[in-house]
Amino acid sequence: MRVELRNLCKRWGNVVGVDNISLEIKDSEFVALLGPSGCGKTTTLLMIAGIYKPTSGEILFDGRIVNHIPPKDRNIGMVFQSYALYPHMTVFENMAYPLKLQKVPKDEQRRRVQHVADMMGIGHLLDRKPGQLSGGQQQRVALGRALVKDPELLLFDEPLSNLDARLRLTMRGEIKRRQMELGITSIYVTHDQVEAMTMADRIAVIKDGKLQAYDTPDELYERPRTLFIAGFIGNPPMNLINGVEVVRDGEEYLARHQAFCLRVPAERGKHVAAKGEVILGIRPEDISLADDGQDGMRGEVYVVEPLGRDDLVNVELPGNTFIHFLADPALRLKPGTPVALCFNTEKVQFFDPRTERSLLWH
Amino acid sequence: MEAVVREQPVEVVARRRSLRVSLEALTFMSPTMLLVTLFFFVPVLLLLWISLTNLSSNTFGNPLCVGGVRDVCESLGIRAGGVEFVGLSNYRRLFSDRFFPKILRNTLFYVFSTLTLFNVGLALVLALLTTHIERRAGFLFRAIWLLPRITPSVIYIMMWKRIAADAPFGILNQFLTPVGVEPRFWLREAPWLFVIVTNGFVGASFGMLIFSSAIESIPRDYIMAAKVDGATTLQIIRTIIIPLIKWPLLFVTTYQTLSLLASFEYILLLTNGGPGLYRTEVWSLTAYHRALQTYFGNNQWGYGAAWGFVLVVIGIIFSIIYLRVFRFNELVQEPKIDAL
Repeated sequence: MRVELRNLCKRWGNVVGVDNISLEIKDSEFVALLGPSGCGKTTTLLMIAGIYKPTSGEILFDGRIVNHIPPKDRNIGMVFQSYALYPHMTVFENMAYPLKLQKVPKDEQRRRVQHVADMMGIGHLLDRKPGQLSGGQQQRVALGRALVKDPELLLFDEPLSNLDARLRLTMRGEIKRRQMELGITSIYVTHDQVEAMTMADRIAVIKDGKLQAYDTPDELYERPRTLFIAGFIGNPPMNLINGVEVVRDGEEYLARHQAFCLRVPAERGKHVAAKGEVILGIRPEDISLADDGQDGMRGEVYVVEPLGRDDLVNVELPGNTFIHFLADPALRLKPGTPVALCFNTEKVQFFDPRTERSLLWH
Repeated sequence: MEAVVREQPVEVVARRRSLRVSLEALTFMSPTMLLVTLFFFVPVLLLLWISLTNLSSNTFGNPLCVGGVRDVCESLGIRAGGVEFVGLSNYRRLFSDRFFPKILRNTLFYVFSTLTLFNVGLALVLALLTTHIERRAGFLFRAIWLLPRITPSVIYIMMWKRIAADAPFGILNQFLTPVGVEPRFWLREAPWLFVIVTNGFVGASFGMLIFSSAIESIPRDYIMAAKVDGATTLQIIRTIIIPLIKWPLLFVTTYQTLSLLASFEYILLLTNGGPGLYRTEVWSLTAYHRALQTYFGNNQWGYGAAWGFVLVVIGIIFSIIYLRVFRFNELVQEPKIDAL
């Protein structure tokens, strides 16, 4: 099913929850609504579900306006952060509930519930009450209940936030796999950018009720259009360095800061030259230690955070500037060690500090 | 001098500790225990004792001065009067009373119709209505519905008597005459209706408060999930809300059964058990009438106490049945705090 939001707004008195969001979701696409808590992403989802009525704007399913269609007639499945399994019903009764409401015959209810339960690996738990299940099992029941009525649209409201880290990883893969197999259009609300990056075909980044960007994960990562996206997408987050000035030096462009002076490729530098002070962005993985004899920017290790595969190293540059980079743990960097750093200038980003927009991508 | 330190045997220390723990527990429980003893157990025992005597206006004296104690009382100058220990004769008289079956039927009818129609039924409807409208409006409605509860009983019933008064008076008559209804003395025509309504309007507010707070504490996610699953509002109420407020429902049912069994002040003020012979007389009102308000000024305290004591027994039997049937034990959780 195709879903389209047109100038969607939700206000409660003077409080703006969702501010003029427009986007289109293709049939069988997996879209994540990503943003910090309180940004309006769940409100948007609940409007798509029909629980909240939009203050203005339209919601279209397959080109048909559904603003006034109640949730029960929208043929959607929804998975909640709390799972919202009815505590007084068994797993079977929970999963059969949507079918019972549709007056599906008893034996067909049993057949369909059993089929979905087996697919989700919970076929042996049908007689239990939700309180007797682990978090992961409850999650599967919740997903099963959403799937059992063959919805045309699946809505997820932070479904993995209550699971432990390991289980979250497993369920992440499982949800993505099911969605691909069944080809059901899905909208997934999350504040976890790793979840959004790994699962979604496209990500809608929302901040303060406004749509910041709507693009594929790669595009958001490689070409962040705003300072917010640059800081929000990617883990560990991008280094953002204030007070950088880019000047033309013959055929070359130089990015100058009190702590360093970098040569920037012309196709990036030309957009930024003579724009005054800008913000330079560089991801930790695009910074490396300078080879011997190579001229790098000098600094001193401030903190080392071992991440296992890499060490996340915080380096203090002159002028009280701190930047993070990823180093090989075998180097055994210690606080206080003097280091020389090299930027991969092919990957630097530039932002206008006033508009907070990218100077490279529009 | 050299201090002698003697090791105490372990079991003595342990016994002392457990004694101290139970003393501490008793200390904390003692205010409640004192109140329950003073205001429940002692009156029940006194009631039982009085019900076994012929204490009345004619025989007035200290009910403890019966049998051999009479002489002791008289020598101490305590008035013994004509009080006699009469065994179970008050109870024999009660169960063979010509109006006993009628009063029993009246009581059961009054308790169960007020309970089902109002104290639980209307309470549930009001709670559902006020939680499904705008929050402030629901709050205001509930606050207004509570007003009769804080109105003095006498004033509340006087207003109802004016509503149901005989022609040419009566607010009901004023409203119904223009639409072609013959004016009449409504309170005499339908005494039960007014007895049940006056009690029910006040009684419903208790359940309304308990149910609406229970409904509001149901996580919103369940309701949203049910909507998405395809349920209508009525289906949500029937399949989600009512099962989730099962315990408050059972609690209100139990509590209100017991309080209705014992309540009589509105009936006393409204119909005083009439019109006619025992038309709306209920058990607790009979106890009151026998003990404290007879036609000839002869207050039969002993006989009235027998009615009262049987009501206590009926109440205890109902409590036990409810406790068993509704398995209240399951409601009571082990405290999360470790032993004292």
